[in-house]
Amino acid sequence: MGDIFVLAEHRQGELREVSLELLTLAGQLGGSVTALLFGSGVDEFASKLAQFADKVLVVDDPMYQNFNAMAYQAALAELIKANKPGLVLIPNTAQGVDIIGSLGVELELPFSTDVIGVTMEGDKPVATRQYYGCKINGTITFKDSDTYLLGIREGAVPAGEGGKSGEVTKVDNPVTAEITVRKFLEYVEAAIGEVDITQSTMLVSVGRWIREDKNMPMMEELAGLLGADVSGSRAVVDAGWLPADRQVGISGKSVKPKLYLAVGISGAFQHVTGMKGADLVVAINKDPDAPIFQYADYGIVDDLLKVVPAMIDKLKEMKG
Amino acid sequence: MNVVVCVKQVPDTSDPDTEVHIDSSGRGVNQSKFSFVINDADNYAVEEAILLKEKHGGEVTVVNIGGEGANQVVRMALAKGGDAAIRLDDEKFVYSDIVATARLLQAAVKDLGCDIVMTGCLASDDGYGAVGVTLAQLLGLPHAAMVKTVEVISDNKLKIARELEGGLLEMNEIETQCVLTIQTGGNEPRYASFKGIREASKKEIKVMDLAATGLSEDQVGEAGSVAVMTAYSAPEVGELAEILEGDPGETSAKLATILKEKGLV
Repeated sequence: MGDIFVLAEHRQGELREVSLELLTLAGQLGGSVTALLFGSGVDEFASKLAQFADKVLVVDDPMYQNFNAMAYQAALAELIKANKPGLVLIPNTAQGVDIIGSLGVELELPFSTDVIGVTMEGDKPVATRQYYGCKINGTITFKDSDTYLLGIREGAVPAGEGGKSGEVTKVDNPVTAEITVRKFLEYVEAAIGEVDITQSTMLVSVGRWIREDKNMPMMEELAGLLGADVSGSRAVVDAGWLPADRQVGISGKSVKPKLYLAVGISGAFQHVTGMKGADLVVAINKDPDAPIFQYADYGIVDDLLKVVPAMIDKLKEMKG
Repeated sequence: MNVVVCVKQVPDTSDPDTEVHIDSSGRGVNQSKFSFVINDADNYAVEEAILLKEKHGGEVTVVNIGGEGANQVVRMALAKGGDAAIRLDDEKFVYSDIVATARLLQAAVKDLGCDIVMTGCLASDDGYGAVGVTLAQLLGLPHAAMVKTVEVISDNKLKIARELEGGLLEMNEIETQCVLTIQTGGNEPRYASFKGIREASKKEIKVMDLAATGLSEDQVGEAGSVAVMTAYSAPEVGELAEILEGDPGETSAKLATILKEKGLV
């Protein structure tokens, strides 16, 4: 098969781990692996990527200091046209989803997004994805092409050890015109509130299926008895039941408590990604097929509005 | 500001009472017990579109791909403040992938002359999160994905906040016309008023079939797709949690014992 191109991702002066994950995946598929790095003053990143790739192509230009989808797409399109790789892997991140669909259409490449697994049938990839809130999988096959484009989910494949020493080559910026239709302005950090859940040793984490705001005091009572802080899923934060700094998951915080008690959380990957560092995970959910039970050590399959009050009584009894 | 907002009707499969079973074709799921709702992110897109209309004037057009049953989510968006609606409906549209879906939306949107096209950033059923960005390329417009807030700063310029991993916001300026995919949580989707619902029931939902789109059969559905979902399968399940059995009194007692043994209470 042809070369595999992997787009590296960096932000605020840090190379993101997902870059190494995708290079590791590419290495498992066979063929020569080329990392593409767009940035400004990124020699250090290039050296790191070289440990995971056979080649590193670096476009070093102030245009890529911060992410701009329009600039990235234009540069990727030129490099793909010039080098004709067999497969292009892009992190399916907030950056990646801003490029993949438009690049796919521009170059008329078969593409898919949020892929969690790839196998090769000859020169052609077959992709696995998840559907319906991670409850079932689906297999994607592609129209014949010389190049295929896949967005790979962050965390789908663990990063390996590296051990390569790929050749680093600087290439001229293929984008000569200034991008004016869209401009990066600045980053705004998420506000930090009174409780930093990344430091909590115990968390009671609530999901949408506590159903109503009026059930929150019950969760707070349970947390109080356990000496835990309350965190939650995106849906609970969107509903305004918890402040944004209590959100666990990809777009929220990554937590590492000794106990993570997930109440009414179904366990889609966006959430689970943020709780992987927990020591002991206990899940209470009515749905026996909820993905959360794949990540929990203990589970209770029952109505949380019955289990939580019983648990509160039990803890009160224990405390005397 | 004229805004087009694309909305999808999805089964509410995150509900613990809703089980997902693969049907006999292997390419669909048994929908008989599903309740259908507007896709969550699309609901926020509708609200963002109506907020822009209220502040800056203009019209909101609602676009949907779906059968007659999808009228429910279209009418609700009209009841909240949408002015016109288009529903793309043809059996030939079934199995459309990201590109074929975007092509259908392009056919509906291209002559509307709007300033902004909005979609939700991700559908809860198939989770591609790519149709909006793909549509932008087909329309030849700039785009931004995962947008949480939109502010109009001049006649042809917006200031937007994209939400990145960890909740970090990336502020951008983007020129109109453009396509934005809207993330959840940036506004508070309203409920429709009774008056709005009554008025929406009288509004026309223009239906476009294949012929009306001007597309050919090989540009839509599976034939027009570059990536086809060929078979659903049960996910590979790793080690499952140890399930504590019994009534709530028993399960909570068992859990309390485990937590005590581990020194957590």
